[in-house]
Amino acid sequence: MIRIAAALLEEIRHAVRHGYPEEVCGVLLGPVSARDRIVLRVVPVANAREEERARRYLIPAERLREIESTAQRDGLDIVGFYHSHPDHPAIPSGYDRDHAWPWYTYLIVSVSAGNGTVTRAWRLADDRSALQEEEILEETS
Amino acid sequence: MSVTIRIPAALKAYAGDGKEVEVAAGTLGEALDRLVERHPALRPHLYDERGALRNFVNAYVNEDDARALGGPRAPIRDGDTITIVPSIAGGTGAAHDGRGETLVEEPQNLAEAMHARSRDVTLSAQEIRRYSRHLIMPEVGMEGQRRLKAARILCVGAGGLGSPLGLYLAAAGVGTIGIVDFDVVDETNLQRQVLHGTRDVGRPKIASARDRLLDINPNIEVIGHETPLTSQNALEILEPYDVVIDGTDNFPTRYLVNDACVLLGKPNVYGSIFRFEGQLSVFHAKEGPCYRCLFREPPPPGLVPSCAEGGVLGVLPGIVGTLQALEGIKLILGRGDAMIGRLLLFDALALRFRELKVRKDPSCPVCGTAPTIRGLIDYEEFCGIPQAHASEAAELSGVPELTATELKRRLDRGDALTIIDVREPHEWDIANLEPYGARLIPLGAIPERMNELSTAEEIVLHCRSGARSAKALRQLREAGFRRLWNLKGGVLAWSDEVDDTVPRY
Repeated sequence: MIRIAAALLEEIRHAVRHGYPEEVCGVLLGPVSARDRIVLRVVPVANAREEERARRYLIPAERLREIESTAQRDGLDIVGFYHSHPDHPAIPSGYDRDHAWPWYTYLIVSVSAGNGTVTRAWRLADDRSALQEEEILEETS
Repeated sequence: MSVTIRIPAALKAYAGDGKEVEVAAGTLGEALDRLVERHPALRPHLYDERGALRNFVNAYVNEDDARALGGPRAPIRDGDTITIVPSIAGGTGAAHDGRGETLVEEPQNLAEAMHARSRDVTLSAQEIRRYSRHLIMPEVGMEGQRRLKAARILCVGAGGLGSPLGLYLAAAGVGTIGIVDFDVVDETNLQRQVLHGTRDVGRPKIASARDRLLDINPNIEVIGHETPLTSQNALEILEPYDVVIDGTDNFPTRYLVNDACVLLGKPNVYGSIFRFEGQLSVFHAKEGPCYRCLFREPPPPGLVPSCAEGGVLGVLPGIVGTLQALEGIKLILGRGDAMIGRLLLFDALALRFRELKVRKDPSCPVCGTAPTIRGLIDYEEFCGIPQAHASEAAELSGVPELTATELKRRLDRGDALTIIDVREPHEWDIANLEPYGARLIPLGAIPERMNELSTAEEIVLHCRSGARSAKALRQLREAGFRRLWNLKGGVLAWSDEVDDTVPRY
């Protein structure tokens, strides 16, 4: 299960709608030591892909190192990533699975023509065979 | 020389929960080799199947990107720190290149994707022998056979169409065959569903299908999805496959498979059968029309009977299912002209094939230029199934019913009852209640032959399972008959409750 404040989730959805029809991506930060996986901060990242931006995203290693070191100063770590699927369901593609890292939560937001969005969370199985769905607990207080 | 490798949080669990690992090595490549030797669980996450470092795994030596230092050959000095840093990539798109080549041109269509994936598989000497009749044709050859081995094809249904389909896909060497079915083998299936045998009656179809396919070809993998295909699970079930082949026998599932394939960008090899006629096409919205371009809406329930109601010649699904296997294999090989934009009509009695052009409909609600269906819907509702159940229930309500047991008791008591069978003459030949005095007046002949009946008689109407006789009862009641009964459950109930020598059909 991954816990995330409704306001942060809305921030992600807003970015996803705003970025349509291109893929939008970013990093989820939270305390690693916590018993539950909690997202406390969301860092939008510019999609580093130069081509096919409607169906591909890339967060380069260099950028990830910067985000990680900034986060660690605040006692936070990278717990996952989000990206959008424009006009495509919020389930991982084969491409997502092939490129997935274990342990991280992959939040996928489907978006269609700037309309409604569906958000689902996924984590890679140990044998890399599939991304398994993880429950999202949206916190509203 | 001793160096420290820093393990990212995501991989700690695969490295004995350590944040850092000390190894002795002279180059970056050696250091990573030592690391995965010590912690083999790390290997699949760092290296691909061919043993190359995954392209989304980046290494830094101290503060420098290792790519600038010579990659795996980058020299390491005593006391250096190697940091493994992920890059994060993903996105939509059905193309699986499976090689983790994020930054290279990605195959856009199925043929290109299969070409790329064929390079990841090899054929053993035994497989080369097995497939030799394929391999000696240049149109298939080694690459084509490797494409088939790398391919993932999903068969929706392990029934009449799914049987020949599965048999030929397995024999042809399609590496991964998925089957969606949650039915069990019934005796009435065996007349056409050649995947299953007499000894399989009562077993799940998935189980007997798996046994049969692996017996034909133990080199393949059969994945069973023993669940009804629904709007909730369809996208997840279909997603990993390259080609979907629709062998369903009902409209809700057919529209569901179509819409899911359109949303996922996958080709859908469609086949359908009824009595002596079959249809075949390939719906692939990226390149042509989809099922909804051809049939915008389903027929009203009951208008087109299912095979269970209308019957089907056993060999017909053998022909249509085999054609579906052919189209699926052609799509994987990228050879020939796929049935995209064409609908094949087969008439078994005339032995005639006809072909119609099907055009993409720009106003199609799911694959047109302004689609209104952007996710899966309630297909039972869309096809009017709940509404039909409700009207059927309304039709049966208010119809006086007699159970088979009650009827038998009253006949034994010597009550004067007139039993009218409203089925068709060929059904009468299969099983009838003639020994109890039943007479045949088919439903369609009731209006003209009701003068053979008297309103003074007490009449029991029956058919196979009770629906047609309820219709006949209403017609007679409107004509003024009052002493009427409907035999609940028809001749099937009679066979169950009273006399099991009356055959069920």
